[in-house]
Amino acid sequence: MIDFIGKKRWLFFISWILVIIGILALTISQIQLGTPLQLGIDFKGGTSMTLQFSPEVEQSQLREEMAELGYDEARIQDAGEGNFIVYTREIAPEEARGLAEKLGADLDSQVEIIDYYLVSGTVAGATARNAVIAVVIAAVAMLFYIVWAFRRMPKPFRWGTCAVIALIHNVFIIVGIFSLLGWLAGLAIDALFITALLAVVGYSINNTVVVFDRIRENVSRHIRTDFAETVNDSLIETMGRCLNTALTTFFVLLALLLFGGATIHYFVLVLLLGVIIGTYDSLCFSGQLLVVWEKREWRELLPFTRKTA
Amino acid sequence: MRRRNVYLLIFILVLFGFALWSIVPLDRNVFGREGLRLGLDLAGGSYLVYQADLSGIEPGTEDEIMKGVKDVIERRINALGITESTVQIQQQAGEYNIVIQIPGIADIEKAKEMVGLFTVLEFREQDSEGNWIPATGTVNGEELTLSSRYFKENTDVVADSYGKPLLIFEWDETGAQLSKQITTRLLGKQLAIFLGDNLVTAPKVDSVVEDKGQIEGMASYDEALELSRLLNAGRIDVPLGRWVDAEFQPSIPLYERTVDATLGQDSIQKSIMAAGIGIVLLVIFMILYYRLPGLVACLSLGVYGAVLLAIFKLVPITVTLPGVAGFVVSLGMAVDANVLIFERTKEELRAGRSLAAAVEAGVSRAWSAIRDSNITTFIACIILIWLGGELGARMVSGFAITLFIGVALSMFTAIVVTRTFLRLIVGSRVTTDPAAYGVTRSQIVRNTK
Repeated sequence: MIDFIGKKRWLFFISWILVIIGILALTISQIQLGTPLQLGIDFKGGTSMTLQFSPEVEQSQLREEMAELGYDEARIQDAGEGNFIVYTREIAPEEARGLAEKLGADLDSQVEIIDYYLVSGTVAGATARNAVIAVVIAAVAMLFYIVWAFRRMPKPFRWGTCAVIALIHNVFIIVGIFSLLGWLAGLAIDALFITALLAVVGYSINNTVVVFDRIRENVSRHIRTDFAETVNDSLIETMGRCLNTALTTFFVLLALLLFGGATIHYFVLVLLLGVIIGTYDSLCFSGQLLVVWEKREWRELLPFTRKTA
Repeated sequence: MRRRNVYLLIFILVLFGFALWSIVPLDRNVFGREGLRLGLDLAGGSYLVYQADLSGIEPGTEDEIMKGVKDVIERRINALGITESTVQIQQQAGEYNIVIQIPGIADIEKAKEMVGLFTVLEFREQDSEGNWIPATGTVNGEELTLSSRYFKENTDVVADSYGKPLLIFEWDETGAQLSKQITTRLLGKQLAIFLGDNLVTAPKVDSVVEDKGQIEGMASYDEALELSRLLNAGRIDVPLGRWVDAEFQPSIPLYERTVDATLGQDSIQKSIMAAGIGIVLLVIFMILYYRLPGLVACLSLGVYGAVLLAIFKLVPITVTLPGVAGFVVSLGMAVDANVLIFERTKEELRAGRSLAAAVEAGVSRAWSAIRDSNITTFIACIILIWLGGELGARMVSGFAITLFIGVALSMFTAIVVTRTFLRLIVGSRVTTDPAAYGVTRSQIVRNTK
């Protein structure tokens, strides 16, 4: 018998560590790079191009050459098989073609622009703002639905709030990880990232609701009188389902990550992280939060405090 | 009860057969749909977004004017024999955008030419210092610049006596009045014709021109023909370009994107292979873990996949890379609905229920979880679709639409297809051994009540 509820201090501790790593990454990135997250061209405007080199060249060579040609601010990402994704300030298609030709001549390689994408800086700011608005609206809408779906429970508002807090916890951890990746590996977030993040929102709320549904059922069957025990039973009962669903989705995503090509690499990575964290949260976070609220054991949330008697 | 299941089975088989018939082979023409419609990221092509400068038009007529612009661009692209291009009007934060997608044309300059944003021939005269300034006249008290806006849409190209191309045109009513005023004023002087900023020709005016004229100086016959075709497709009444702060930059797109077809091909192949590997793993896992129901789940996922593809093809829904990802996530949720049912069924079996009762209880108990969890996903999808439209980020809506359809269909396959299959198997007494359902006899609690 696994004691999910008794171990909740430790589980909250793990969540705290992940959240704190996120906060640290965002802060360090803010201090060192002036931005908490590396923003892609969807959010700040610019050009991204996928350049195909044959024969292949080294990333360092390309970086040097770009700097020499006056594009020292360019970010370069290796997409494998001689392909590089280059992010620069806004450059028109003609200039891009000229650049590709010069690079080809200097690096002794055939260069082709196989993907060219330009976003005007003026709309990019609005994109970022709308994304945040959408996440907030989605969270509020889901909160209302859960409150409604659990209206027969005492204090349905709690269920909705716990689910949404768990959701924010997941999103924050993923954003933290990408801030870290942005700081360490120059990874920038784009519209695809936001899409993936919202998919994670959908997936993890889905998971949490399945667990809550079981708690709801067990509460109305009055098998046990203690709420914490009821929640623990429910977690154990849904664990098989949670793990199996996560595992099946995980298989498909892992295959996409390993063999799916560079274009969707980070997109799939976000989804994969989302599945892991979404599963973790429904078994180890949201239910526990519900118990803490029910018992008003707020100290349990913080590690290394004296146990509430 | 039995009878109803047989009917449901027939319905499922007919649906599955119809879905298979409409998607195999993929490029077969069914109800006028040829193959799956692939997005630019998969098929290669160009994507352009322009903002319109509507400052010069009467408030309240924006919708009508933008629709006109859209029609003209569509006609221009279609005149080149390119099908499957899409032109859409999008409203974003009070601005009107025109979103143009041209599959198969990976050269963005070519794409821009096709859209022909710059195709206005302007007539100019020289001021006292020899600079070319727009030639204007007054019609109904309004000062207007003479340009190809006032051509009738019946221009043509003929060869002159030296074999050089001549573009012949007729003025409409306003054009005729303007032309008369201007050529009267400029008799004996030069009247230049500019295409964008390029001087095409600058002949001397030797008579008053009122109803029609001809333009020489075109570089080639083909170029003249293309120009004539664009002029005949109609005119774009408002400047297209982008706003930077409060200043309008004409002809520069807000977004532009081109994808080489080979990259698209590569992405398709890789994604299909990856999805294939993932699905094989999933099938193996489901059968090993859930045994007979696992097999049932795989069959119902087969129905799910075929119907989903058929929907994509017949609606049609453009398949993009994010769409493929949406498909994967919805596949996960389709599996989830089955897993929920099976886990419940197993529990009921362990509690000592009969097979038939366990399946019924499994489905009905799982329903509230399937319903509530999927509705929350629907809510997220609807907001994503809205966000995608608002942002002009089509890939976001592409993902969300796929996910939405996938989740809706997954509820159907779990509740209708899986349940019918399970009921029929249980009813047919193929096997009554709980081990086939992944429950060993020792786990079963003897019902002593």
